[in-house]
Amino acid sequence: MEKSLVINPDKCTGCLQCEMACSYENEGVFNPAKSRIKVFTFHQEGRFVPYTCTQCSEAWCQQACPVDAISLNLVTGAKEVNESSCVGCKVCTISCPFGTINYNQSSGKVIKCDLCGGDPKCASACPTQAITYVDADQTGLDKMRQWATQTDNATSNTASNA
Amino acid sequence: MHYIIIGAGPSGVIASENIRKLDQNAQITLIKGHKEPPYSRMAIPYFLEEKITEDGTHIRHKSNSFNEQGITLVNELVSEVKTKDNTLVLSDGSELVYDKLLVSTGAIATSPPIEGINSNHVYNCWTLEDARNIAKKAIPGSSLVLMGAGFIGCIILESLLKRGVNLTVVEMGDRMVPRMMDESAGGLLKSWCESKGVRILTSEQVISISEAKAKPLQVNLKNSDPLSADLVICATGVKSNTGFLESSDIKLDQGILVNEFLQTNIENVYASGDVAQGLDFSDQSWSIQAIQPTAVEHGRIAAINMVENNSCVHHGSINMNILDTMGLISTSFGQWMGVEGGEESVLLDEQNFRYLNLQFKGEHLVGISSLGHTQHIGVVRGLIRGKVKLGVWKERLMNDPTRLMEAYIANI
Repeated sequence: MEKSLVINPDKCTGCLQCEMACSYENEGVFNPAKSRIKVFTFHQEGRFVPYTCTQCSEAWCQQACPVDAISLNLVTGAKEVNESSCVGCKVCTISCPFGTINYNQSSGKVIKCDLCGGDPKCASACPTQAITYVDADQTGLDKMRQWATQTDNATSNTASNA
Repeated sequence: MHYIIIGAGPSGVIASENIRKLDQNAQITLIKGHKEPPYSRMAIPYFLEEKITEDGTHIRHKSNSFNEQGITLVNELVSEVKTKDNTLVLSDGSELVYDKLLVSTGAIATSPPIEGINSNHVYNCWTLEDARNIAKKAIPGSSLVLMGAGFIGCIILESLLKRGVNLTVVEMGDRMVPRMMDESAGGLLKSWCESKGVRILTSEQVISISEAKAKPLQVNLKNSDPLSADLVICATGVKSNTGFLESSDIKLDQGILVNEFLQTNIENVYASGDVAQGLDFSDQSWSIQAIQPTAVEHGRIAAINMVENNSCVHHGSINMNILDTMGLISTSFGQWMGVEGGEESVLLDEQNFRYLNLQFKGEHLVGISSLGHTQHIGVVRGLIRGKVKLGVWKERLMNDPTRLMEAYIANI
């Protein structure tokens, strides 16, 4: 059963453990600025919202890549950036309507969530279960995925590049 | 069913692969007018910079990728399209018969009609072959004049500087990248380039190129002293690659005219990518965007419509660009220049080369332009495309345009 990340903002306390864990796993440093998951703070509402790639089936990033540097991991369902192929053109960063693939100036390549190969560290680091990694059918289609299908052409068609 | 796709850039490649996914039994022929494997022009700056080798520019890295998908590659230019006979005439005189045809021949570089523009040592920077030639001559200590500070001119600046050349840029317009930047951003970009040691001459024109003694070329300018150069790169513009269609009855304007299915006036002929005058999402005009995301979007939609009889309507693509000029990253989306009766929210930080300009129409974001803002920038596409009603966030963004991502998250 394919799993997916499920985010429940109501449980998030804004502790940023997820960002630290992500950055350490992927960049080898504890630096939230290099995290692939970001917690957004809404001061007025006193609310925290963790946010990262949903591995959407439209795979805007993958479709837009001019050099075949983003591919589907058939085991996890993640869309993964192949560092050796990425030229750093950043076209994927404007193509992803969720803003979840970003340019990393220090490497000259783009970075995005790859589900840590099937063991996402943000989920294991989260002390309040605001981020969990569970069977995909339990999650249903989350709000963002639904939203994705409204936003562009031909998204319900099978002929995507994903 | 025989599908022929003319042009093996991103649009043609995506189209041919999508046709295969939708029709396992189709015969698919992908024609390219050069001997290279299908490659991406987007990758050329990184090849020039020696960040990648030629292989790194290829659209598919597995050498047998097309073969495995049952897509036949043909290396030949198309000299004529006879739509009445569903026949293509190739430059070697041979003919191919199609059931459905996709024209995705992209664009070709143009040069201004000035004396000496065809000299040796003057190159466009458009094809892989151009890049090889430039790489040979742009050696440390050489002098290079770059004509044009548009998208292509800017994106190759860093690679040229890394090659150790002395660089002068001559731009006819009053600022850099006028097609994606306003005066503030264009001006800031110019001072950024100058701070990196590049000489930028705006509102200036090359009037002729002549031979010289000390250096191979003398570049004569309208308002300033001549420049000597070892090499001139002409990046003044591109146009749709439609020359081979002039004798056909396919309707042309700026490019090939298409409808909302990417279909031309000829029922079984479609067009996609930089050659197609497709629908713009923002103003619903028919225009050439010449950008990668639009090229692949066109390719995917044209493929569906060719196989499944116009089942997929193209509602228009958002014009959007991202450009890295020696490390300063600029973007533009949609109606970044603003709309009648619209409002704008602007943040300018000249010292740090940061700029953000949001354009609204009522409660909707309709465009942005930016310098130095890259994180989560894709949500701009989401906000524009989704026609997201900003509600209270409109006012918050008017006060602080940097809160874009929060506005997005709060509204999904």
